[in-house]
Amino acid sequence: MSTPTLIAPEPATRQSRPVRNPATRLRRTITDNLTAYGFLCAALVCFALFSWYPIIRGVLLSFQQVNFVTPAEWVGWQNFETLFADPLFGVAWRNTLLFTGLALVIGFAVPFAVAVVLNELRHAKAYFRLIVYIPVMLPPVVVAILWKWFYDPGPGLLNSILRTVGLPPLEWLNSADTSMLSLVIVATWASMGSATLIYLAALQTIPGELYEAAELDGANLWQRLRHITIPQTRFVLLIMMLMQIVATMQVFTEPYVMTGGGPEDSTVTVLLLLYRYAFTYNDFGTASALSLLLFIALGAFSALYLRLTRTRG
Amino acid sequence: MSTVDSSQRTLISPWTLRKRRGRLLYWLVFAVVIVLFTVAFVIPLVWMMLGAMKTAPELAQNPPSLLPASPNVGAYTEAWEFMDLAKYFTNTVIVAAGAWLIQLAVQVPAAYALSKLRPALGKWILALMLATLMLPASALLVPTYLAITEVPVFGVNLVNSPAAIWLPAAANAFNIYLLKRFFDQIPTELLDAARIDGAGSITTMWRIVLPLSRPILAVVSIFSIVAAWKDFIWPLLVLQDPEIQTLSVALQRFEPDTPINLMLAGLVIASIPMVAAFLVFQRQILAGLTAGSIKG
Repeated sequence: MSTPTLIAPEPATRQSRPVRNPATRLRRTITDNLTAYGFLCAALVCFALFSWYPIIRGVLLSFQQVNFVTPAEWVGWQNFETLFADPLFGVAWRNTLLFTGLALVIGFAVPFAVAVVLNELRHAKAYFRLIVYIPVMLPPVVVAILWKWFYDPGPGLLNSILRTVGLPPLEWLNSADTSMLSLVIVATWASMGSATLIYLAALQTIPGELYEAAELDGANLWQRLRHITIPQTRFVLLIMMLMQIVATMQVFTEPYVMTGGGPEDSTVTVLLLLYRYAFTYNDFGTASALSLLLFIALGAFSALYLRLTRTRG
Repeated sequence: MSTVDSSQRTLISPWTLRKRRGRLLYWLVFAVVIVLFTVAFVIPLVWMMLGAMKTAPELAQNPPSLLPASPNVGAYTEAWEFMDLAKYFTNTVIVAAGAWLIQLAVQVPAAYALSKLRPALGKWILALMLATLMLPASALLVPTYLAITEVPVFGVNLVNSPAAIWLPAAANAFNIYLLKRFFDQIPTELLDAARIDGAGSITTMWRIVLPLSRPILAVVSIFSIVAAWKDFIWPLLVLQDPEIQTLSVALQRFEPDTPINLMLAGLVIASIPMVAAFLVFQRQILAGLTAGSIKG
C-alpha cells in the first residue's frame, strides 16, 4: 500500500474562491455537513441497529428476564446468581482457560519457531508459504468435520500414523483427558498459517547488520536468537499473543461440531454454555449475563491490543 | 547459495552456510522441514480427497488402505446430489457476494466522509465505531440476534433472510478504519482541484478516490468474502430454514447421518472455492494479512 504519487496542484488554484460573507460560509458549512452525513448515513444506521444498540441492550438484558410475550422484567443480579449456581459455569471457564493456555503453549510457540526456521531456508519458500496458509482458507466447519474423522480411534489417520511408527494409539476426542488437547491441535493446525506468515514478515524486517555485529562479538546461535531475533519481534509477538487470547477464549465451532461439549463436559466452553442458555433453554437474560462476564474478561486484552496497534500505526 | 547477499542476512550467516558442515546441516534441516510440512499440511488434504473415493467398508477397515482399492470419482457427483449441494452452494454465494457488495457500499462512503469530508462530530463517530472492536464478537451474539428477530424502529424479522448476515457485516469498524487510513494518504489538494473543476463529492469519490484505492479495496473485498464464506456461528443462528442455509451450516447438519465417503466429498467441494481463491489472489491475501494485523 504505497502512497499514490501525485503532482501537487498549483497553489494559485487552491485559494481561488475565498469565502468572506459569514452567511455564505454558514450555508457552505451546513451543506458540507449534510453531504458528509449523507455518505455516512448507511454506516450509521447499520452500526446503530446492529452494533451500538445491541451493546446497550446486552448490558440491560443481563439484569432482565425476557419471554417476548410480557414486557421484560428487571431481576437484579438473579441471572448472575443462576450462572454461579450452575456447576457447568466453573467447568466452562476452566475448560476455556485450559484451551487458551494450551493454545498459547502450542499455537504461540510453534508458529514462531516455524517462522524462524523458514526464514533461514533458501529453497521452496513459496511452497512452504502456500501449504501452511491453505488450512486458514478452509471453512472451520470443514476443518472440524475432517479432523473428527482423523481422530477416529479405530481407522483414523492419527492413530494409524501412531501405530505405524510403533506408538500406542490415543482416544483423542473420546477421552476427557485428551479431548481438549485434540481441539487445540485442530485449532492450531487451522490457524497457524496466518501467525507464521506474520512472524515471517516481521523477521524479514530485522536488519542483517545486527546479526553480523553480534556474531563479531562472539554471540552464538542461541544468543543471537535470544538477544536479537526475539527482542526485534517483541512487538509483533505481543500483539499476536493478545489477539490469540481474545480469539481462543471465544472458541465455539470446534467443540460444537466435534464433541458437543463432551465427553463428561470436558469440552464445554464459555461460548458453548452461552449458546445453550440462549438457544437451547431460551434464557436470553442469563446468556447475556454470561456475555457480559466474557466481555469483562476479554475487554482488558482487546483494549490493550487496540491501544498498541493504533499508537504504533 | 552463492546468490545470498548481505542484505538478506538472517540468524545464520551465509558464510557458515557455505562451509561444508554448514551446507550439510542446512540440507538436513531443509529435508526435515519439508517432510514435516508435507505430512502436516498436504497429507491431511490428500487423505480427505482419497477418502472420498473409498467405499464405506474400506473406510471402516483397520488399518486403513493407503489408496482407494477402486477409486470412485463418482462420489463427488453423488455427494453433490445426495446433500443437494447446489442449493447450499448458491446460498453461500448469495450470502458472501451480498455481504461483500453491501460492505463496500456502506463502508467506502463512510470512510470517505470520515477521511475527506470531515463532518462535525466525525472524530466522535469514528471513536464510537472503533470502540465496538473492543468487544469480543461473541459477547454481542445474543443482543444482535435479538435485534435481527425484531429490528429496532423497523420492526421486521430478518431471521432466514440473507440480510441478517449482510447488515451486521456492514457494521465492521475494522474495514472502515483500514479504508479511512488509506484515504487519509490521498492528498487533499487533489480533491480540492477536482472540486474546483466542478466535481461533486460523489464524482470525486468515484472518479478520484476509488481508482487510487484499488489495493485497499482488494484487501477489504477479500476480507469480507472470505469471512462470509467461513463464518459458522452467525449463519447457524440466523439461517434456521434449511432452504437458505450456507454450506458450513448444512454440512454440519448433515454430518451425523451422511455416509462418510460422501461427507468427505462434500468437505472437498466446500473447500474448493476458498483454496482456488487463495491460489489466484495469494499476493493480495498475504499483503492484507500483514497490513491488517501488524500495522493495524
